[in-house]
Amino acid sequence: MINTEELLPEVREVERIIVRFAGDSGDGMQLTGDRFTSASALFGNDLATLPEFPAEIRAPAGTLAGVSAFQVHISDHDITTPGDAPNVLVTMNPAAMMAELPRLESGGTIIVNTDAFNERNLAKAGYQVNPLEDGSLDGYSVITAPMTDLTKQVCKDLGVKPRDAERSKNFFALGLVSWLFSRPTDPSLHWIREKFAGRDAVIAANEAAFKAGHAFGETAELSASRLAVRPARFDPGTYTNINGNTALSWGLIAASQKAGIPIFLGSYPITPASDILHELAKHKNFGVRTLQAEDEIAAIGAALGASYGGHLGVTATSGPGLALKGETLGLAVSLELPLVVIDIQRGGPSTGLPTKTEAADLMMAHYGRHGEAPLPIVSANSPSDCFRAAFEAVRIAVRYRTPVILLSDGYLANGTEPWRLPVAKDLPNIPVDFASSANALNEDGEEVFWPYVRNDDLARPWAVPGTENLMHRIGGIEKEDGTGNISYDPENHGRMVAIRDERIKKVADSYPPTVVEGDSDADAVIVGWGSTWGAITSAIGRMRRAGDKVARVHLTNLYPLPNDLGDILRRFETVIVPEMNLGQLSKILRAEYLVDAKSICKVEGQPFTAAELHQQFREMTQ
Amino acid sequence: MSDSAVTTKKDWTSDQEVRWCPGCGDYSILTAMQLLMPELGTRREDTVFVSGIGCAARFPYYMNTYGLHAIHGRSPAIATGLAMARRDLDVWVVGGDGDMLSIGGNHLIHALRRNVNLTILLFNNQIYGLTKGQYSPTSEVGKVTKSTPMGSLDTPFNPISVALGAEASFVARTHDMDRAHMQEVFRRAHNHRGAAIVEVYQNCNVFNDGAFAALTKKDARAHMLIPLVHAEPVRFGPDGERGVILDDGVARIVSVDEVGVEALHVHDETAEDLSVAFALSRLADDRQSPTPIGVYCAVDRLEYGGGIDAQIAAAQADRGPGDLDALLHSLPTWEVN
Ligand SMILES: Cc1ncc(C[n+]2csc(CCOP(=O)(O)OP(=O)(O)O)c2C)c(N)n1
Ligand code: SF4
Ligand SMILES: [Mg+2]
Repeated sequence: MINTEELLPEVREVERIIVRFAGDSGDGMQLTGDRFTSASALFGNDLATLPEFPAEIRAPAGTLAGVSAFQVHISDHDITTPGDAPNVLVTMNPAAMMAELPRLESGGTIIVNTDAFNERNLAKAGYQVNPLEDGSLDGYSVITAPMTDLTKQVCKDLGVKPRDAERSKNFFALGLVSWLFSRPTDPSLHWIREKFAGRDAVIAANEAAFKAGHAFGETAELSASRLAVRPARFDPGTYTNINGNTALSWGLIAASQKAGIPIFLGSYPITPASDILHELAKHKNFGVRTLQAEDEIAAIGAALGASYGGHLGVTATSGPGLALKGETLGLAVSLELPLVVIDIQRGGPSTGLPTKTEAADLMMAHYGRHGEAPLPIVSANSPSDCFRAAFEAVRIAVRYRTPVILLSDGYLANGTEPWRLPVAKDLPNIPVDFASSANALNEDGEEVFWPYVRNDDLARPWAVPGTENLMHRIGGIEKEDGTGNISYDPENHGRMVAIRDERIKKVADSYPPTVVEGDSDADAVIVGWGSTWGAITSAIGRMRRAGDKVARVHLTNLYPLPNDLGDILRRFETVIVPEMNLGQLSKILRAEYLVDAKSICKVEGQPFTAAELHQQFREMTQ
Repeated sequence: MSDSAVTTKKDWTSDQEVRWCPGCGDYSILTAMQLLMPELGTRREDTVFVSGIGCAARFPYYMNTYGLHAIHGRSPAIATGLAMARRDLDVWVVGGDGDMLSIGGNHLIHALRRNVNLTILLFNNQIYGLTKGQYSPTSEVGKVTKSTPMGSLDTPFNPISVALGAEASFVARTHDMDRAHMQEVFRRAHNHRGAAIVEVYQNCNVFNDGAFAALTKKDARAHMLIPLVHAEPVRFGPDGERGVILDDGVARIVSVDEVGVEALHVHDETAEDLSVAFALSRLADDRQSPTPIGVYCAVDRLEYGGGIDAQIAAAQADRGPGDLDALLHSLPTWEVN
């Protein structure tokens, strides 16, 4: 960690900076952004990131379709979003300039790799004239560097071929940006050596490029642009910078450890959920079993089969996959077995916007099954909150013997933020009680095992194969209350439908009281769910700092809703629900509580910015 | 019941009333199974029957074991998860031709190629029984049913060929008219490590009566069924007068007198190259000409769940059993005081 007291005098301190790295998919911008983020995290800033990839893996080089971007917001105070308009835009080619410039704040800083602004690339990006030459960037402060050439030059002395050297130009950019924002250099150099261990030429080229970029900043008299962001004040503890899918995977592992049953993950690759499969597959030493299934139906089927066998069955997917899992979810509802179904939501319908974020699967999670098939729904607020949400989903699934849908989204999955690490021993245990003995008397007065006898939670026994004397047959056909035998009796069906409904509603009895934040005497309450948490938090902060009163509730249990929610909502004159869909939660709130919930909708594949929410909140509360 | 206790058919019979149509071939398969179970040396509580939907798929309700009657087509997938998670269990999968080869075809072929430790029984009646008589993916071309009043147009699957094409390590065929043969094949399938599939020709006397009669009627069997016996020349007929040769990779039926016993193909169920087994599976497609029954192949290959367990053991030997705090600290961290 560098000592901030020693910052050079020409460094201007700011509270926060939003930097956006943009280039061709092949330019390594995700990596550059990620390294910059790590250095900032280790330096002690609060931060939030938003990677954005093109949907095509190899979109034609230099085209708008191939632009890949990574936004990071670093701050000396608590922040909750990757920021609105970037202050600094790094553009590695004309397409990135064309696609990303409109986002930049007016008067912002642009860092340009001039070598990429040749006629061919300009034409591919749709520029008639070079924006570096036609004065169109006059309102911005522009820092130009021939990054490709300079990188090739420093690599030449190392004997690296020019083609290979060119690949290191993103490290030049990283070096330059690190200098501009007074980032420590050691973490990046250390990372290069570790990452490319054994490939000495690559290490040498990347290091040389990084140092050249850093030196370029120092010698090119860019000090007027040099900024620093002090470390943020965090609660004491050990921190790591984590993205949502990793936090979610670790939350599952933690819950499995605390429940004492191994994870079985069935999954079929799909953006943006695949990283959960990748992450869990790495942790076989925790007894994790992963199956890359032939399709999403097999994935959930295998997970359910594992749950039936007493493991923690989990399946992870995105919207298209959840659609395929519907029938098996119905079976899981009928079998009343624990199962965690993760939906990392993305833009839909159909293939939609696979790499962009959206939160429009709420209704599918609620109602996307035939028959009356209720199940609990849990959602995550922020990347690190995915850990809590996963743990909560497992808690509910195991205690209530039910499939649980956990909703995250593409923005949470890939976005990162600092996270104060929990301590394993402080996490609560998740009791698992497998059935071991008879639980009923039959007509002849003999002790027998009936699979649909219930406990106080209305959960049925989890009797796993291998247990002596508890052999029983269950299935998707309606079962007789208690015995679990097939029953086509109309009254019994009515009773079983009611019990299944009631037992899921009882899950709400296990929630802590709902927290109302902000001004409890406000007229308006903002009700959110999922990844809108960050933008709502910022927007509300701005309102309250300006003296506008407002309250907020952020829901993490979307079904059943908290028992106290109706009373809370009725206390406010105005209920506002921002959602990345066309108003799905507000429909549910209206139906459930007869409150006049008003929607703020955004379905553009992009998260809300704090600024747009702030403006809308003000308009709707005045 | 303790491990050593001797069991009888009654112990393996559940208290549920059997609901198949009188005369259905499923009854004789059930009886064969209930009689066989006491001989297999496994415990009832360690035995699980998993099924999809269909008449055949009602099977688990009648076995006094653990049973999971799931949804149409998905039983191989569900059983895959169970068998991977619980290698101590004896997992059987039962389903019809529609269940396993139509809606569940994808799961079936993948369970086979993965070689999950499952014993899969495919009750092939060449019809959709439960939904009252539509043609199935194994029905012969031209089949007239309610859904194909002018006859079906599509070429049927040959389940044995499908299984071999899916890299199955154990493939066999038997039929509902011969209890001893069923039991022998089921036993072999059960003892096989990895995925074993048995096609059982099963008569649906309501919607497709007599589909296999030309082969399985008592007086027809000797002429029409070709028993596959490991390491023996493939021959059949009341006096073994007919046999099978391989002619440029194609299996043909010949008169033994004409070619001589030495020319007959000697069955090798352990052959890792499945092309000969495949050739045998192509001998008859129409249920009207001589058809091989018995074990087509029984190859020793890595069982999937065992492979997974070995990876877990290797990971634990390498990194120790999972340590949650260590996991949480596995990315770069920093301290705030
Ligand atoms: C998703 C779904 N689609 C359709 C059905 C209706 N269905 C039930 S069994 C069946 C086919 C049964 O044929 P088969 O698998 O050959 O079994 P059999 O009854 O002949 O033993 C069909 C189409 C269903 N239960 N679920
Ligand atoms: S319909 Fe056919 S297969 Fe089904 S029970 Fe009746 S006879 Fe058996
Ligand atoms: Mg059938």
